[in-house]
Amino acid sequence: MNKLSWFNVTSLTFGFAFLYMPMVILIIYSFNASKLVTVWAGFSTKWYGSLFENEAFLDAAWVTIKVAVMSSSLATILGTMAAYVLVRGGRFMGRTLFSGMIYAPLVMPEVITGLSLLLLFIGIGLDRGVLTIVLAHTTFAMCYVSVVVSSRLVSFDRSLEEAALDLGCSNFEAFRLVTLPIIAPAVISGWLLAFTLSLDDLVIASFTAGPSATTLPIKIFSAVRLGVSPEINALSTIMIAIVTVGVISASLVSKRNSLRQQKDEQAAARAT
Amino acid sequence: MNQAVFTPWDDPSAKPLIRFKGVTKRFGEFVAIDNLTLDIYEREFFALLGPSGCGKTTMMRMLAGFETATEGSIELSGQDIGPVPPNKRAVNMMFQSYALFPHLTVYDNIAFGLRRGTMPREQIDARVSEMLKLTRLEKFARRKPHQISGGQRQRVALARSLAKAPKLLLLDEPLGALDAKLRQATQFELMDIQEKTGTTFVIVTHDQEEAMTVASRVAVMDEGRVMQVATPERIYEAPNSVYVADFIGDVNILKGTATANGTGSYAVTWDEGQRPVTAISDTVFSEGQACFLAIRPEKIAINAERPTDADNAIQGKILDIAYLGNLSTYHVALPGGQVIKAQAANTRRVSRRSFTWEDTVWISWTATAGVLLDQ
Repeated sequence: MNKLSWFNVTSLTFGFAFLYMPMVILIIYSFNASKLVTVWAGFSTKWYGSLFENEAFLDAAWVTIKVAVMSSSLATILGTMAAYVLVRGGRFMGRTLFSGMIYAPLVMPEVITGLSLLLLFIGIGLDRGVLTIVLAHTTFAMCYVSVVVSSRLVSFDRSLEEAALDLGCSNFEAFRLVTLPIIAPAVISGWLLAFTLSLDDLVIASFTAGPSATTLPIKIFSAVRLGVSPEINALSTIMIAIVTVGVISASLVSKRNSLRQQKDEQAAARAT
Repeated sequence: MNQAVFTPWDDPSAKPLIRFKGVTKRFGEFVAIDNLTLDIYEREFFALLGPSGCGKTTMMRMLAGFETATEGSIELSGQDIGPVPPNKRAVNMMFQSYALFPHLTVYDNIAFGLRRGTMPREQIDARVSEMLKLTRLEKFARRKPHQISGGQRQRVALARSLAKAPKLLLLDEPLGALDAKLRQATQFELMDIQEKTGTTFVIVTHDQEEAMTVASRVAVMDEGRVMQVATPERIYEAPNSVYVADFIGDVNILKGTATANGTGSYAVTWDEGQRPVTAISDTVFSEGQACFLAIRPEKIAINAERPTDADNAIQGKILDIAYLGNLSTYHVALPGGQVIKAQAANTRRVSRRSFTWEDTVWISWTATAGVLLDQ
């Protein structure tokens, strides 16, 4: 192991303190016995208990998960289709315009996306609720999916699809049996990206949510405006834990895969 | 062997499997294939040979159905295949990149095409086993493509494209990714498999040696046109143009004018200060017509003394010797400045050779050694 210089140690400390100090404080205070957020009064897990009895939070959490699953699935289907057409469709009229337009929502301020969706829903007389949030989230998550999937499609060997056609597949069969299994990792990471985006979106959701359905970020935000309660600290700690577990397991899986790949290649080299 | 020699192209009653009829293919302004007419017969091993960009790959992709001809028609067993999509053609292709499906095992790759039809399971199983045996891949059936070596991948690609027993198999630079030694072994394997299965093979390659080794006939292409179609021997011994002579192997070209000096015999004046050389030719040349005499280096003899019985003999000085082990190529500079390559087998040890650099030698060849060309 290399010994780090004092300069490196300092920059590392400051950098990580900057990143993680707020979260560490939040986690510590979630175990605070006092009702006052800023005063430490001993260790307790009672806020976790009361959190699970708080119907409003549980409802909001349930709505959030429902919305995230539905919108990310819808966004994945639409985004993959869009990516496929733009990468594989050859040169059709307006292709450049379309591929530019599919990325535009990425840079569009969320407030504008939210407002325009709100106007649309009012215009067509759609009652705001779970459905409208799902539609709104699908709209903006779809372009992220399409970016992820099309970058995979660009590097995809075209002759694989030609081979499938040559061996008797129709265009759809070639997509289902060859293209889709190969781009599956990109599709899955597109889905996960859409899922996370939907989970933590506050701006667009607050434009499109109605009294009948509130998502967790909206709930937390409005609760905080009335004062930070230790329950919210507990809820946030749980969310941090979920994200941490997710990230660690994803990196473990990809590390295992790359190790296996390496072993396979060595085996192939020996098999000559 | 009392087997008849396989030459369906000389038989006027033979029906070709593939007919290109005045086929032209344009990509925008660029003409990839220029009014091409060509017949390929059943059970042939046909090679399309040419430099990159000569249109050979486009021809193959038109046969597979990935490109459509701009003009003209392509027939397969008498049927115009222009409107038939690739998945409905009795043609399979082996891709240059092999295009093996990375998510499927070797077995499933080979079975892929068979499963698209209505073939029952047991028959698919039997057919795949047969293919695995033919390509000696039985041990690797359960492996994925990234778990096998390059040579094995090449064989999987071949097995997969042969599994459906196509009328025609297209091979796009099939050996390009293999190293020299493996390539040679695989060439013979390919010929063997072609003979066993009786499938018509069309191979695209830029490697002339490969084309000469495997093919029953070779089409030499340049800029979208077929320059010559003939057996490997005829391509090499009787090229019809300087382009073909120069593309295949090594050749000396003497540019001059022809004067008849007997029936089918011409005196070629090629250099002011030199005696004309004599060449026999079937092609008729008019008096003083410009011509090119193409002679292969191995048909030129090299001697220290002037040979008495040679039709043509010229004195020169050895400029360079390329020692290739079994052969040596001598670069001989003539008084006029031209350099002629002559090749001789090293039947004696090099230390006992009777001439070396800067020596004056005589090069000689017979009247029938060269080919007299008009273009």
